Amino acid sequence: MTLDQVVRGQHIRILAIASADIRTQIIRFGLGIGETAICQQVLPKGPIVLGKNRQEIAIGRPLASGIEVEIIA
Amino acid sequence: MSVESPPETAPTDLTPQAASPALTGERKLVLAGNPNVGKSVFFNALTGLYVDVSNYPGTTIDVSKGRCEGYQVLDTPGVYGVGSFNDEERVARDIVLGADLVLNVVSACTLERDLFLTQQLLDLGKPVVVALNQMDDAARHGLSIDVSRLAELLGVPVVPCVAITGQGVTEARNTLPQARVGHATPGLEPLLTQAVGAWGGQRSDLLLAIEGDPVIRDRLGLASGGQAGNSEVADQRDAIYVLRRARVNGLVEAVVRTGDSSARPGVWLGRWLLNPWAGSAFALGILAILYWVIGDLVAQKLVGVTEGQIMQVYYEPWVRGLVSRFVGEGALHTILVGEFGVITMTVTYILGLMLPLVVAFYLFLAILEDTGYLPRLAVLVDRALASIGLNGRAVIPLILGFGCVTMATITTRLLGTQREKTIATAILGLTIPCSAQLGVILGLLAKTGSWSSWAIYGGTMFSVMVAMGTILDRLLPGQSSALLIDLPPMRLPQFRNVMRKTWSKSVGFLIEATPLFVIASLLVGIMKVTGALDWVMNALAPLVVGILHLPKAAAAAFIMGMVRRDFGAAGMTDLPMTAGQVVVGLVVITLFVPCIATVVVLYKERGWKEASSLWIGSWVLAFAIGGVLAQVIAR
Repeated sequence: MTLDQVVRGQHIRILAIASADIRTQIIRFGLGIGETAICQQVLPKGPIVLGKNRQEIAIGRPLASGIEVEIIA
Repeated sequence: MSVESPPETAPTDLTPQAASPALTGERKLVLAGNPNVGKSVFFNALTGLYVDVSNYPGTTIDVSKGRCEGYQVLDTPGVYGVGSFNDEERVARDIVLGADLVLNVVSACTLERDLFLTQQLLDLGKPVVVALNQMDDAARHGLSIDVSRLAELLGVPVVPCVAITGQGVTEARNTLPQARVGHATPGLEPLLTQAVGAWGGQRSDLLLAIEGDPVIRDRLGLASGGQAGNSEVADQRDAIYVLRRARVNGLVEAVVRTGDSSARPGVWLGRWLLNPWAGSAFALGILAILYWVIGDLVAQKLVGVTEGQIMQVYYEPWVRGLVSRFVGEGALHTILVGEFGVITMTVTYILGLMLPLVVAFYLFLAILEDTGYLPRLAVLVDRALASIGLNGRAVIPLILGFGCVTMATITTRLLGTQREKTIATAILGLTIPCSAQLGVILGLLAKTGSWSSWAIYGGTMFSVMVAMGTILDRLLPGQSSALLIDLPPMRLPQFRNVMRKTWSKSVGFLIEATPLFVIASLLVGIMKVTGALDWVMNALAPLVVGILHLPKAAAAAFIMGMVRRDFGAAGMTDLPMTAGQVVVGLVVITLFVPCIATVVVLYKERGWKEASSLWIGSWVLAFAIGGVLAQVIAR
């Protein structure tokens, strides 16, 4: 499934990121392929906010639809 | 290879060429770090007052240079990594490549993120000192960091600091001579050795090349991407980044201990503000406060004193008298101290009207930014802005536009793509009334005494904004960037930070805007004495009466609005008009061309084609929409 389908509270693992440039930027932020995070907030038709450790990263919906994830909890 | 024991062997043929000191014997010290870690505080502490700010050629980025005890100090834009994603990264990359040593400022609160750049700097082979800043914030979040272990693992000196209070800054400065090349990412050496063996050249350039930096690859004469031949210098960014990420994760795990942070009020507030309902209610509350403080306290009361009293009662007559002693009545006199006098009107406008408003706006924004609220606001409005081809980050220039459109246009630099800058600039230039005119507009609307005036004015402006954004979004080629931002922890605004940001931005405004307004009043002054101004007004009058159904004198107000936005609105204050006519007039002056200062900035930032289309388009738009409205409400 893709990140834009995730629901608030779910723990996810990132499986794939389509765009190379986005992949690079996300890795710099502390996420990346294989990394886990918790979905902290989903704004209706809006961005998804992921939390990892103490960080919070907001990802716009068009980007989120290009990120493959799996639910782990 | 485990993280705790990186290779001990000293680098051999991969040693960076001995950095050659500048001819003056000074070494180049470069400050690098993520955005908002307190880098500029270090820069100011190191360099003091004598700083040279210049534009980096080929970009819209300004670079600050200073001196400090035998070092030439260069500041870089805050970046998350060194590369070619945007202008900031390219500038940071080139400055870092030319550095003799780097002072890397990192925030103790976000090591998972910040150490990525640190590790990249180490991988580049630059001598580094790490300033571990915001230690106070980290403690507040329940974090404890083993600084000596971090230094050991990185292989470079690490100095804990709280720069905003001055703590640790002197120590950091004294540690600079101990800057050294640290431990590279494990697993990177074989890749680099391969590349150097196959292609030769400097380690730092080669590293960026195999990270896929298109500009560096071009410079070295390499094909972009991983195509054809030389697999040793192929783009291996993914592989390298994965290694680096693993390395940084390991570092953080080894040196950071977390207390329980989830109960912190700041964290709770941050989450709450992202909730669509709570967040929107809060935003509206902030808007109400903004309106009261700036719209009432500053725009009416404070400006009443600074412009009404100090400028118009004391300054202008005084300077007029002074000039009259040397210059008799005539063209020069009018240009200098006449109605649009360069010495009278410009100074009154900038110091009496704009400065209080701009300072108030910047202060407000600095507080919102320092608390960490702005990025959360960007998340809230992202969806709405995406429908007009922008993303949440555009909320900053749009808010600033209500302060001063000229400065807001400059701020559009932070947007991700050219098309976003075009869309945001068009909206700013055409539909957003800056604070100079907003006060007068609101006053005039209030005078009409009917609620519908507000609704029609607001509704029309809003519709034009949405329509324009949507149309431009459809017409312009390419795609806008989507939101991808890091939300900083929420905290109480720190007085020093807020003051520093407000101060530097306000000074920036004075420096940038003053010459533009001087040019504007010079132009208008010349037009007045040559009679060209009256000619233009007379030429415009038939359009104003015929299409807009407004009194002939309104033409003068529109032309005045090109010089000072508030003249446009103020010029309508004493005209006898019906409520309907007032609304038409206000819509037209808001849509009508931006003030000359903004036009000049437009030419500089967007180029003559875009600036001209905007200027001409605004004439068309103003009269077309005004005309339609006139038919509907002001028969």
